[in-house]
Parts: sequence; structure tokens; C-alpha cells
Amino acid sequence: MERTRPIDGELARLREEIEGYAKEFGLDYHPVVFEVCDYDTINILAAQGGFPTRYPHWRFGMDYDQLSKGYAYGLQKIYEMVVNTNPCYAYLLNANHLVDQKIVMAHVFGHADFFKNNAWFASTDRNMMSVMANHGTKIRRYMEKYGQDKVEDFIDKVLSLENLIDPAALFETPDVQRNRAKLLSESKTQGSEGEDMNDGRSNALRSFMRSKARDEQEHGPVKSRQDDEPVQQDKLDVSISRRDIMRYLLEYAPVKEWEADIIGILREEAYYFLPQRMTKIMNEGWASYWHSTIMTTRALRPSEIIDFADHHAGVMAMSRQRLNPYKIGIELYRDIEYRWNTGRFGKEWQDCDNLYEKENWHIETNLGRQKIFDVRKSHNDVTFIDEFLTPDFCERQGIFTYKYNPRTGRNEIDSREFSEIKSKLLSSLTNFGQPVIEVESGNYKNRGELLLRHIHMGVDLDMNFAKETLKNIHAIWKRPVNILTTQEDQGVNLVFDGREYKSTTL
Amino acid sequence: MPSPKGDGTFKIPMPSIETPRFKFGEKQQGGMGQGDGGQGDPVDGQQGEDGQPGEGEAGDKEGNKELEVDLTLEELASILGEELSLPNIEPKGKKSLESTTNKYTSIGMNGPDSLKHFKRSYREALKRQMATGTYDAKNPIIVPIKSDMRFRSSQQKVENENSAVVIYMMDVSGSMGDEQKEIVRTESFWINLWLKSQYKDIEIRYIIHDATAKEVDEETFFRTRESGGTLISSALKLCKEIIDADYNPNDWNIYPFHFSDGDNWSTDDTKLCLELLDEHIIPASNLFCYGQVESRYGSGQFYKDLHGKYGDDNDRVTLSKIKNKDAILDSIKEFLGKGK
Repeated sequence: MERTRPIDGELARLREEIEGYAKEFGLDYHPVVFEVCDYDTINILAAQGGFPTRYPHWRFGMDYDQLSKGYAYGLQKIYEMVVNTNPCYAYLLNANHLVDQKIVMAHVFGHADFFKNNAWFASTDRNMMSVMANHGTKIRRYMEKYGQDKVEDFIDKVLSLENLIDPAALFETPDVQRNRAKLLSESKTQGSEGEDMNDGRSNALRSFMRSKARDEQEHGPVKSRQDDEPVQQDKLDVSISRRDIMRYLLEYAPVKEWEADIIGILREEAYYFLPQRMTKIMNEGWASYWHSTIMTTRALRPSEIIDFADHHAGVMAMSRQRLNPYKIGIELYRDIEYRWNTGRFGKEWQDCDNLYEKENWHIETNLGRQKIFDVRKSHNDVTFIDEFLTPDFCERQGIFTYKYNPRTGRNEIDSREFSEIKSKLLSSLTNFGQPVIEVESGNYKNRGELLLRHIHMGVDLDMNFAKETLKNIHAIWKRPVNILTTQEDQGVNLVFDGREYKSTTL
Repeated sequence: MPSPKGDGTFKIPMPSIETPRFKFGEKQQGGMGQGDGGQGDPVDGQQGEDGQPGEGEAGDKEGNKELEVDLTLEELASILGEELSLPNIEPKGKKSLESTTNKYTSIGMNGPDSLKHFKRSYREALKRQMATGTYDAKNPIIVPIKSDMRFRSSQQKVENENSAVVIYMMDVSGSMGDEQKEIVRTESFWINLWLKSQYKDIEIRYIIHDATAKEVDEETFFRTRESGGTLISSALKLCKEIIDADYNPNDWNIYPFHFSDGDNWSTDDTKLCLELLDEHIIPASNLFCYGQVESRYGSGQFYKDLHGKYGDDNDRVTLSKIKNKDAILDSIKEFLGKGK
């Protein structure tokens, strides 16, 4: 990987200019550091989620391979990448045309503003550059100590859990965390460990060590628990969310210290990326809104209009197979701005059922800009869609839902009904688009089996994937792992006991 | 390696492994899109024909993601060239034909009347008359004299013409199954592609053989399945005849490729093959290539025979063993890596 380098010359001048406009419009962000690099470097960075140093793992290489193939065959190109840190790092592709660089810069300031102000990002660690690098160092050390294959193999297993986290945990303020720690130590231990553990180990590991210490105090230090079997008690601990399965396993699965640390590391990274997964539409929409606004009202030169239009249209392209978050996002913000500018909101507007009147509704409220700034502060994709998607909007955008038709073997347009569209869109965004899985018991059948429950909301799990996932969880839990789910309207309990799968209908 | 789909697009395999996670099954989930169309209209470009979503095994197996790209053959050839770092081929020195063509691209002071350029001549005359003051705007008569005349004149361009012929020979005896043929087909596609990018003019001939050989068209070449014994010499004999009849080695770059699973009927026949190669085919061609496709039935003896005679480092003979589809790239590199 070649080094990225800071921008200079013309680019630096453009940056000044664009930043001026961004400030003028009231965007508020942590300082942004732009770096220039070639396509290969940007592919590497993108494969690693934007971070130059991560822990070693094969899937980064796989992603890189796909990105660079896509680039070599001219199918895709990464224009822009921005990392949620303080300062905020953004990468520019050196081969881009100057117009493109301007668009990208304007876009980046949009993202940076969103990162700083959106509530769901409030608890992300802005030093993630160093945190990720530290994670890399730690895991590399574990590899040296325990063997690369062994460690990598364990990471493979833990990656199966990456989506088993709880979005609500994002709102755990330091206060809440402290209280919980207190609760833990009051209810279960008398000693005051914890103080001496403030040594750069991941938070999760610290808590793991606390729970180890706790066990030792309860059962005596020597034969507290065998490393190959979970603690035999029903471990539904009030202080751990049932949906934060990563944490649950970290605390209660019979794992070695380095293994626990790895679960903790991956969990921390998963939570870091979580807000971005929850605000894809809002975040991209916001950035697109600003690159469009800054370019068309300020930064665009007459000679650049065609290039800009071409590029912008490419980003906003609609597809029949999936909704383009950029497009939906920017259009929703524009719609909100329009509605709040013309007074099309509030009780009076809602209650009006005269279509003609509604059509020509115009009250000079001019609250649009203010409103979208507020919206970007407090919403995530789910609430954003829930509150601001309107029948009008869906019709204008030509949105439809489609379904697989087993008879013809293809996907067919299903409906253009607003309620259908909205409920489908919301359910696809709920829990960041992942199935909701909860821990039901850690001592199922009083045999130390793990029982998970899939909260079924209309869509079945992919059973082949579920089986492989159970296998990986079993490798961590080391006792049979059950999941309760629903397949074709029939309750199913799927269990993997280390050798085979058993599936019983309920 | 990209594989052609026949409509100008190519599939590029993207091997990937998806980490198993709890995730939604795809069929029930459906999706959302934007655009025209009424209820029941298909959402274009979706699965259905190929690939049933959600039925694959999770985890340890290779995923089958594929990209489809539009590429011209030239682009593809240059990607191939880069990927394998293939050297450009030096056509046989003197043997490339030179042809001259005349192109009328400039203007001269003399020439035959039939090539006279009226407009330019008229303009010269006008210029001269205005300069000498004999031009009268009221009575605009222009009289050109000899020095005003301009003629189209030609420029000679020398163009190198090099022509190549590729002669494919394939063993279609019973032991060559569909998989082996698929390998030959893919490999020959890439070889053609590369050679086409290197030569202006290229002819391709196809020979199939079991105990006897015959020349066929492309279609038949890849489809035929015969059975019976194998006499490799029959193919080489036919190849020699084709060369003798149509392709003078002094004018043509000749590339015989032979694919087989390495089983030959008898050692006598092998002796005959080596003789034919030595005396006729190899001296005439730029490069003789033998690709041995591994099959369950083939003994692979022919490779050993050739290898024993020509060794690894022969300038004019390249041998390659093709184990399976993944080995195609390497084998192409072996064949074309010498820049012959």
C-alpha cells in the first residue's frame, strides 16, 4: 500500500473554497483531514473499512480482491471515503477530475457534519484510528503466542456473532455503564476489583475479568469452573441486554482470556460500525443533499455542469432491484424542506381533506432548512422513514415492492400501496436489517445448553446459514446450542450438539 | 479468469466466502425498487434463470458471485496480456509480407489531368490575379495558367501484413469427456483471442481425430464425441497436408495446437508422430504446442514421449499439462509466454 499524502496546490485551494461554503451553510463538524491516494490504496483502505491498520484477517484480502477486480474491469470505482473519527479522515482518489474532487469534498463535509451531530453517533469512539491499530497489535501478538491458524480460526467463529448486538446499547452513556458496573459489584461481589484494571484492555475484557474474579470469589479460586464447560446456572443477568449476544458469550461462555479479549475487540468494532448501518439512508442522503446544494448554488463553474450532472446522476441512479439510499435520502430531505417551507405540516395540514386546497397549499413558513438540520440530529433510518415517508412521495419516486413468485421463478412487482411499501421498508430497516435474536436461557433443560430465540417478524431465517452459525456458536459455548424460530408458519427448534443437527417442530 | 457468454459480455468469477450469520432467507423477503411497471411485472435482471438464491451451503464453500462486464475483445486481450505478462509476438522476420498502398492525401504541382484539383487550381489562379491586379470584381473571369494547376497526389504507405494460421487438433476418442472438451474450448478461445490481437489476419482450422482424422468446422470441433482408438499420427498427417496445400511457411506464421489425453494406440504410431513432427510440422511452424488434458482414462504417455524428445526448453515445442479448469491460465502462459 502506498502512503496517502496530504492535499496541496489546487486541491488545497478547492478545499478552502468548499469548506467556506460548508461553513456558510452552517455545517458543523470535527476538523476534516483530506488525503490523496491512488486507486489501489483506496481499495485496500475500503476493504478495511477505511482504516489503514486493522487486525490481520483473510476477509479483508477477499474484499480487496473483489474491489480491485471491479475496478480493473471498469465496473465500479470508489470516489470517496470518509472515516468517522476526530479529526475526520477523508480519502480522495488521485485520478479524479477536479469537478469530482469538489463534489467529493462537499459530500464529505456533509458526512462529517452528520457524524458529529447525529444522536446515534454520540457514543462512538472518535479515536478509532488508534483503537483499531491497537486491536491489530493485540491480535497479532495473540497470533505469535497461540498460532496464527488458531487465532484466525477463532476470529472466523466470532465473526458469526457480529450482527448479534443490541442497537439500544449505543445509548449507554458512561453514567449508565458506571451504574451497571456498580450494580454488578454490589449484587455479586464484595471486593473492589476494577480500579486496578484500568490498563488499556478493552472494556469488554475488563468486565470479563471482573466476572472471572467474581466466580473465583464465589466458588473459591482453584476449581471455580472448568474451562470447557459453562457455569451451571441460569445466567439471565439483568444488566446484560438479551440481544447483546456477543456480550453474553463474552461473560458466560467458557472461553480463555485471549479468546474473550478477541470477542471483546470484535464487539467493540461491531458497535463502532453499528450507527453507520442504522443511518445509511439518512447519512448518504444528507451528504448528497449538501454536495448537490453546495455545487449547484456555489461551487460549480459553467464549464463543469455536464460533468457534475453526469456524476450526480450516476450516484442517484434508481434501480428496480433495490432502493438507492442516496436517492431516497436526498429526495426525502428535499421533500421535508419543501413541506416545512410551504407550511405543509402540522395539524391543519393533516386534517385538511380538500384535495384542491392541499394541492395549492402555500403558507410562507420557511422552516425547511431548520427542520432538516433538526431531523439529521435526532433520527435514524427507521424513525426517519416512519415519520417522513408520505404516499405522495412514494408515488413521485415510483417506489414499489416486489416478491419472489415461486410459480414463475422470478421476482415480480407486488404492490404500489403506500402502507405496503412503508411496512416493508421499515421491516427491512428494523434492527439494522438483521434478524432479532435474543438469549432465552444459558441453562436450557438444566443442562447448560444455550437457548436463543428468533423474534419472527414475517421473514424466515435462511436455515443453511443458521445451521453454520449454530456450529460456530457451539464452538464458543461448547455445549449444545438451540434456536427457536419459525419456518413456514411452523415453530421450529433447531439444535446443534457438536456432532449433528436436530430439528423439532413445536 | 473471465469466460465468454457469447453476447459480448463476460463473466468474471468472484470467489468469496460468506461468514455464516443468522440472516433472512431471500425468497420470502422480496425487496423494493423504483421504476415503472404494474403488479406482476418482472423485476428485470433478477435471478430466476440462473442461480436460486438461498439454496447454497453456507460457510466453507466458495461463493459463486459473478460479475458481468461488457468488454471488447481487444480490451480483454490486453487484460489477458497484462495478467499473464505475455510478451508480444515477433512475427517471423523476413516472412512477413510487405504491401504498399497508395493514398491520395496531398496536393502536387503536376500530374495527369484526371487528377486535377479544380477548386485548388481555381484558388491559385484567383490569388495570382488579385496579387498582380488583373482581377476585376465587376467582370470576374478567372483564367488559370499552367503554374496555377494543382493535382491530387498520392503517398505511398508500406504496410506489414502478417498472417497466421492456427491449426487445432483434438483427440475425440472415447476417453475425452465433456469436461476435457470444455477445457480445450476455453483454452482455445483464449489462445485465439491473444493471437488475434497480435496478427492482423488469422485463419483457424480444426481437425478432430480418433483413429482417423478429418477437418471440421468450429461447431463440430467442440461438439463431436466419438469413440474408438486413437492414432495421433492421423491428425498430424492431416495437419501436414493442410500446411503443404494452403500455407507456405515462408509467408505464414503457423501454430499447430494439439490437445489430447495422452493415450496413443501404439508405440509404433508414436514413432511415426515424432517423425512427422520432426521433419515436417515443427520446421514449418512458429511453435508447436501440445496440451495434455488430464482424464481418468488417459495414460498420459504421449506427453512423456514428447518430453523425452524435446525436453522443457525447446524453442519450437511447448508442452503443457492441464490438470483442470484452474490450470488453464498457467497453460496459456506456458504456450504463449515465449513470444513466438
